[in-house]
Amino acid sequence: MRISVEEVFETVKMTLDHHFDIRTVTLGINLKDCIDRNFTNFKRRVSKRIIDNGQKLNKFADQLENKYGIPITNRRISITPASLLLEPLPQNTQTVVEFAKTLDQATKKASIDFIGGFGAMVQKGMTSSDENLINALPSALTNTKRVCGFLNLASTVSGINMNAVEKFGHTLKDLSKRTKNGIGCAKIAVFANVPEDNPFMAGAHHGIGEPDFSLNIGISGPGVVRNVVKQNPNCDLTELSEVIKRTVFKITRAGELIGREMAKLMQVEFGIIDISLASTTSAGDSVAQIIEAMGVKQIGLPGSTAALAMLMDAVKKGGAMASGNIGGLSGTFIPVSEDAGMIKAVKDGTLSLEKLEALTSVCSVGLDMFAVPGDTPAEVLSAIIADELSIGVINNKTTSVRVIPAPGKKAGDIVHFGGLLGSAPVMKVPKVAAPDFIARKGRIPSPVTAMRN
Amino acid sequence: MTAKTQPQICIITVTGKDKVGIIAKLANAMARANANIVDVNQKIMEDCFVMTMAVNIAEANIDISKIKKKLDRIANEMSLNITIQNENIFKAMHRI
Repeated sequence: MRISVEEVFETVKMTLDHHFDIRTVTLGINLKDCIDRNFTNFKRRVSKRIIDNGQKLNKFADQLENKYGIPITNRRISITPASLLLEPLPQNTQTVVEFAKTLDQATKKASIDFIGGFGAMVQKGMTSSDENLINALPSALTNTKRVCGFLNLASTVSGINMNAVEKFGHTLKDLSKRTKNGIGCAKIAVFANVPEDNPFMAGAHHGIGEPDFSLNIGISGPGVVRNVVKQNPNCDLTELSEVIKRTVFKITRAGELIGREMAKLMQVEFGIIDISLASTTSAGDSVAQIIEAMGVKQIGLPGSTAALAMLMDAVKKGGAMASGNIGGLSGTFIPVSEDAGMIKAVKDGTLSLEKLEALTSVCSVGLDMFAVPGDTPAEVLSAIIADELSIGVINNKTTSVRVIPAPGKKAGDIVHFGGLLGSAPVMKVPKVAAPDFIARKGRIPSPVTAMRN
Repeated sequence: MTAKTQPQICIITVTGKDKVGIIAKLANAMARANANIVDVNQKIMEDCFVMTMAVNIAEANIDISKIKKKLDRIANEMSLNITIQNENIFKAMHRI
């Protein structure tokens, strides 16, 4: 049966009016076979692989963008966790920074905007290479433009590595001081239960359980979902969930088609589709506004958590029906600085850090892109992180934190990050939180729910 | 049958204000590109004129990105929105 005018119009409207896009195609690249005690050889091999594959990625993405008329907004690369690759090399800051610069230059040559995976899996403990990488992160991330970092600090199976959580509080402070408005901190996310195939930055990495190459697709479309919610102002919530599910099904199918074809063109394995409603600074591309279109007066008010939970579930169900390869984070992101509705709610005093934390217990990621005063002590940052990660650990889900201590700013000020990262009102946090708790360090053991063998 | 002779159907979608000569211009452009028009439909939806034209570009003498550029020019001249997309995207989204 030929496609009807109505069906064509529905799809065309999604891209023209409601910003539907393939948010990212991210090529995961295994670099384990490049490991070498000779640093020059190692860098040369890594560089070549990134440039060759990055250029291919861009070429085929352009080709498919033309063929299907759906924008492929970002083309990115994720790599094997860097600390693993650096294991046999001298454990000093210079090595880490030089490797970051190699990645940065190769990525630039391939015209790729971000490369992820500059991090480590330290949920249970740190090797000397992990520790060295964390120590060098502030230098590495300030001396590069395109490199993104991640750390998995906790998991349901291992508990929370509080040694690393304590350490990372200081790392963040250092990183924030070195960059304008603390923007360097936007390039690193810390996780509990990090997925190995997440295509979204800053937290993407190519997990050690992955094949040599894996093409992962991130689809978004908050504008599309907001539009269908707005068009159904009077239906009950069961029906509304159905409407959202159907729409997400359609956009996921578009991603599935493009992802499979892209993987075939690149002659690599097709990895996963991550269907995540991800806000951008463009007008209408806001998750908060979906919640508000559902009938909550403003995000942050009572009702927000239930609405977000329902939205998340409908998105997941629509995605799961549309593709057998759903993975990554799949759900809804609620970054503060990139979402006009979230920014407004913080400014209006409706959305506090405490409510944001509650929202993250039902959304797919965590406390994302929010600013705190620059003089927030390291222990307070560590405590915020520990709280968020514990939600992930206990509930067997991914949670993450991307917090920006903005130097010289106080609660209520606005920090402008520019471009994709938007601007954020500085949120109020206490000046003292849990200094003695954080100073204890050690490991918060895995919960009893993890003992399932 | 070679790959070249298998049909490659694309859907051209025109949205905007209805006026004289839209189909003529598109048909002319497609003829020059050696793309065969296989179906045309139009409707008024949400106060908007919507026309879809299915074309087979398997034997076309230029690729889809060049066809797209030609359509962009027509869109500019006539103040319309014109898109061209491979039919499979609609099948993926609207057919199970």
